[in-house]
Amino acid sequence: MNAISETDVPAVDILSAEKVFANGARGLAPIQLSIRQGEFVSLIGPSGCGKSTLLKLIANLIEPTDGKIFWWRGGFDRVGSAGRRLAFVFQDPTLMPWAKIDANIRLPLDLAGLDRKAADRRVAQALALVGLTDAARRYPRQLSGGMRMRVSIARALVTEPNLLLMDEPFGALDEFTRNRLDEDLVRLSWERRLTNVFVTHSIYEAVFLSSRIVVMAANPGRVFGEFTVDAPFPRGQDFRNSDRFAGLCRDLSDLLMQASIASVAA
Amino acid sequence: MMLPLVRNRWFGRVMAPLCVGVLVLLAWEWVCRAWAIPAYLFPRPTAVAHAFMDDWRGLLWALWSTLRVTLKAFVASVALGTLVALLFVQSKLIEISLLPYVVLLQVTPIVAVTPLIIILVKDTETALTLCATVIAIFPVISNTTIGLRTVDPGLAAYFRMNKAGRWATLWRLQIPGALPFFMAGLRISVGLALIGAVVAEFDAGTGGRSAGLAYEIMQASFQLDIPRMFAALAMITVTGLVLFALMVGLEKVLLGHWHESSMERET
Repeated sequence: MNAISETDVPAVDILSAEKVFANGARGLAPIQLSIRQGEFVSLIGPSGCGKSTLLKLIANLIEPTDGKIFWWRGGFDRVGSAGRRLAFVFQDPTLMPWAKIDANIRLPLDLAGLDRKAADRRVAQALALVGLTDAARRYPRQLSGGMRMRVSIARALVTEPNLLLMDEPFGALDEFTRNRLDEDLVRLSWERRLTNVFVTHSIYEAVFLSSRIVVMAANPGRVFGEFTVDAPFPRGQDFRNSDRFAGLCRDLSDLLMQASIASVAA
Repeated sequence: MMLPLVRNRWFGRVMAPLCVGVLVLLAWEWVCRAWAIPAYLFPRPTAVAHAFMDDWRGLLWALWSTLRVTLKAFVASVALGTLVALLFVQSKLIEISLLPYVVLLQVTPIVAVTPLIIILVKDTETALTLCATVIAIFPVISNTTIGLRTVDPGLAAYFRMNKAGRWATLWRLQIPGALPFFMAGLRISVGLALIGAVVAEFDAGTGGRSAGLAYEIMQASFQLDIPRMFAALAMITVTGLVLFALMVGLEKVLLGHWHESSMERET
């Protein structure tokens, strides 16, 4: 048996992974980052800092030019087994317009070949989790942008992931809707002990959601600094209204300002 | 007063074009009478109607013959065209190898080939169907191929991420996504099938081996029975309109709930 317990195994280990694009542009300088299970890590930084690239590396959507990435101390083939499932939520909901909401959420289960009855049960659960039970038989175009994003999140949750990767999922929504979805996400992550890696442009969102914020800088894309948010979970509106929250946002804003100054090409 | 009537959807879609048609017919009737244009030059609408009433059985029988060829050709085009399109998207090599011949089929004037087909194929109706299919198949192939290729890149990435196989991707992503393109292809194809059937009948008619509306038109023109000619022509036109409307209806049923092209505007 391992001397360390299973929960101490980091979900993701990035060991000097770097990315040079086909056109020679250096997307990411070698990055060193470890994400523990149950952590909510946000990636924030000026545009071109490679936060989306880093997320795609973690999702194995692209491969590092050099360096290594481990998932639960193993290769990507470890991902998919019980306790090691990964889900990705894009910036757009990317729903199938011709399929009803429940069929959209069932898609990953259908693709995995799960039998219909079990799949339908899990779809019903996922719909309830995001509060869309009444919308099950509707089509995506009949829903608002916020509701469509909820569907996209339900489609990720239905696979019962342990590691949830999100690329600016609420970037296109109005602030009110975004705040509500942030609250839901914090609650869901807490209840399900999810490990999250979340790309965002919003300081408030990052502080509200995260246990740790990785601030990145551009030219080349790199980790500029880290920022710990040691407020207890689950969080709600009172945390958002607290002086502590305002102070944290101010500090993160300062750090981001330094990062953007450091991002100017030499 | 007038405005609510114009705003009414049913009135706008049906009554307005119908009124235009009636006005044109009235004007046509009036011009023919006022200048006393003889029927063998340009018949009045009432004369055309009389010609139809005189032998509506014979004309309807001719229509049935043309319609049979049209529908057979249309079904063959849809089935074969879809199959070819599915084949095309499976591999670039297949498409590159076959596409020139599909285009060849399309650019060859069917009138020039019909006599040959009629000589080669013994059964007249089969020969006519073949000719009409050659014309009607192209929009099905090209539209369906484009539709199968035009996949939302976000969804395509999602399918790849979930390790979806070729069949799952085809069945769950490409085919439903191609449906609007496919339906647009059917709209064009059904009209072409009718045109193809009529054109082929003209060719076959010269050999005296046809029974369709085109044959009626030819017979009537030999006998200088111009009103009957117009009656047969009008039947072809109405048939084309009905077939087109049927396709639009089918499109609404299949796509109405999700695709923008078939959505009712909400104002």
